[in-house]
Amino acid sequence: MDFDLSEEQRLLKESIDGLLTDSYDFDARKKYQKEKGGWSKAVWGKLAEQGLLGLPFAEADGGFGAGAVETMIVMEALGKALVLEPYLATVVIGGGFLRHGGSAEQKAQHIPGIIDGSKTFAFAQLEKNSRYDLGDVATTAKKKGAGWVIDGEKFVVLNGENADTLIVTARTKGGQRDKSGIGVFLVPANAKGVTRKGYPTQDGLHAADITFTGVEVGADAAIGDPENGLALIERVVDEARTAMCAEAVGAMDESLKSTVEYLKTRKQFGVAIGSFQTLQHRAADMFVALEQARSMSMFATMAADFDSAKERATAVAAAKVQIGKSGKFIGQQSIQLHGGIGMTQEAKIGHYFKRLTMIENTFGDTDYHLRRVTDAGGLV
Amino acid sequence: MDLAFSKEEIAFREEVRAFFRDNVPPETRRKMVEGRHLSKDEMIAWWRILNKKGWGVSHWPKEYGGTGWTSVQHYIFNEELQMHPAPAPLAFGVSMVGPVIYTFGNEKQKQQYLPRIANVDDWWCQGFSEPGSGSDLASLKTKAERKGDKYIINGQKTWTTLAQHADMIFCLCRTDTNAKKQMGISFIVFDMKSKGVTVRPIETIDGGHEVNEVFFDDVEVPVENLIGEENKGWDYAKFLLGNERTGIARVGVSKERLRRIKDLASKVESNGKPVIEDQGFREKLAACEIELKALELTQLRVVADEGKHGKGKPNPASSVLKIKGSEIQQTTTELLMEGIGPFAAPYDVHGDDGSNETMDWTAQIAPSYFNNRKVSIYGGSNEIQRNIITKAVLGL
Repeated sequence: MDFDLSEEQRLLKESIDGLLTDSYDFDARKKYQKEKGGWSKAVWGKLAEQGLLGLPFAEADGGFGAGAVETMIVMEALGKALVLEPYLATVVIGGGFLRHGGSAEQKAQHIPGIIDGSKTFAFAQLEKNSRYDLGDVATTAKKKGAGWVIDGEKFVVLNGENADTLIVTARTKGGQRDKSGIGVFLVPANAKGVTRKGYPTQDGLHAADITFTGVEVGADAAIGDPENGLALIERVVDEARTAMCAEAVGAMDESLKSTVEYLKTRKQFGVAIGSFQTLQHRAADMFVALEQARSMSMFATMAADFDSAKERATAVAAAKVQIGKSGKFIGQQSIQLHGGIGMTQEAKIGHYFKRLTMIENTFGDTDYHLRRVTDAGGLV
Repeated sequence: MDLAFSKEEIAFREEVRAFFRDNVPPETRRKMVEGRHLSKDEMIAWWRILNKKGWGVSHWPKEYGGTGWTSVQHYIFNEELQMHPAPAPLAFGVSMVGPVIYTFGNEKQKQQYLPRIANVDDWWCQGFSEPGSGSDLASLKTKAERKGDKYIINGQKTWTTLAQHADMIFCLCRTDTNAKKQMGISFIVFDMKSKGVTVRPIETIDGGHEVNEVFFDDVEVPVENLIGEENKGWDYAKFLLGNERTGIARVGVSKERLRRIKDLASKVESNGKPVIEDQGFREKLAACEIELKALELTQLRVVADEGKHGKGKPNPASSVLKIKGSEIQQTTTELLMEGIGPFAAPYDVHGDDGSNETMDWTAQIAPSYFNNRKVSIYGGSNEIQRNIITKAVLGL
């Protein structure tokens, strides 16, 4: 049992923290947001230069063969700086599908572009009626010759507006909510029949609603078994959830730090408001919530090594519950303790609150994951 | 980072588990499971079994009878003990006064007291709180006046846990009334059978008798019963209170209680099916289990950190343990009561020691819920814990 970072991991943490300290303060973030697509190609290039975009890929595929802990380190740092660049969509999710389900040809075709920063990905999964159920898929992929024809609508596709390649879940057979008959397809974003309507999201990222109308792809577009893709989807989404837990811990950590800083500097009635016990105890409760969240983020991360797939999934769901609760508490109380200034777009704190709020509602909210833990028979 | 225990640690866990299985008297275990009070004899009998095995004062230095275990081994031992469940060693002797004596006491005191603490030849109680000094402990008024080779002690202590069983008390007394309040306090130990000591029971809301008021009326105590230096008692008290950082989360106790909730909620029906199948109840249970898992991990982080970097520098996460640990213990007793619903009502008139057990298995459940409200009050209330986080962690 060991919760310390290894020497390499410590260096990784220093490197990403250093990069973001230099290039990602709140003013810089505002500038990046105004760039085309809503994030900075230059920062993305720096992440590539430092090898961060290649971390989780096997050395044979040009990566560093890093594991879940390394992803946790990076995501926590990205959460602290409220990074806009599509690491989750591209490296964690896009990369995850390629690593766990991709053929040698698919890996060779797509991974180098992720690692060198020239290509980004988006995961087109959410549908009008699917909510958090990954197995609820109405979009269809129908066989045509050796290839497939995809029809359907996907919503709130993170980085969907900018991505070069879309990873699309589509039904190859069965009814809308059947667990079997779901495939995962690589679709070039510029393929004929793909229509993207992009927009900024509440937390300053970018997403798109995407319509697929008779989009034709080859047989080589399917990742894994096109009739039994749900297990792969669940696995990759669990990794995305785990990564988001770490991102949320970073955001919570920074929220608490700035709130405590504010309590020390803001004066009312002639004293720093941090001298009021009611505010001190609120901040102490935020610390408790943060440490509980940090513990569960580590738990989900280390669960990646669990033998049982069911235990892995339950651990991630449990972590998402804790992060959802802690994130909501810390987010809301950060605003409350900042008072009026916390309500302004100008102050950084509200942006953490918004990102934490969106994380809670991505890939299953607190209630959804609590039900999953319950249905799995609990944790003890 | 690695969550798994080592092969040696797993073997150790098996050894500890097997020892508890084979050596905890079944009747003691049953009473623990049902949340009943144990008699003094039952507790002492078990502690002597533990001491004979060499595990009675496991965390003491080896020269005084400790085991030399790693932080992880201590963690495993405590968790298995709590989950079995079996009574933990008497904290007032083993975790509190023992370490003060071997750290600050003289050679004679070490020889006189330590072996008797380990074997519970003396039952110790703690004379800290007073009617006017709860969270503000340093305002205590009990006085020890030096007269020749004696201290004359006058005053009153309260919330003295199991003083009705005690042979010895360790007491914070004011020896200098002119000094600033933390400065004039001394740490004095004495015999509870001394002339002038009166113990009066306090009945708590669960109907139990755990705590007492203790009155001192011109109690004569030899000066050699002073531990360490006169007027340095506050330092020893702080040392004592800071000693047990991780045990306080009581993760094993909550785990055991969750098992019991599942067991009992399978036996009580609602809408024609066991309560345990009710979705609302199950979700509350799962929510509690998630909180507990997070706490367990937080505790493991503290334990691993202590193992690696020593106990000198407290991990900031350790202050979470008391707050969350007590909240979860309270939630589990609440869920236990919710599980049996209306059957929580009957009140069992039982003796201190669990004699006269007339009622069935539900009788101790509401009392246990009422009794557990104490856990967020004692050992530094949760509000005091928040003050500690505020100052020590957040720097406010």
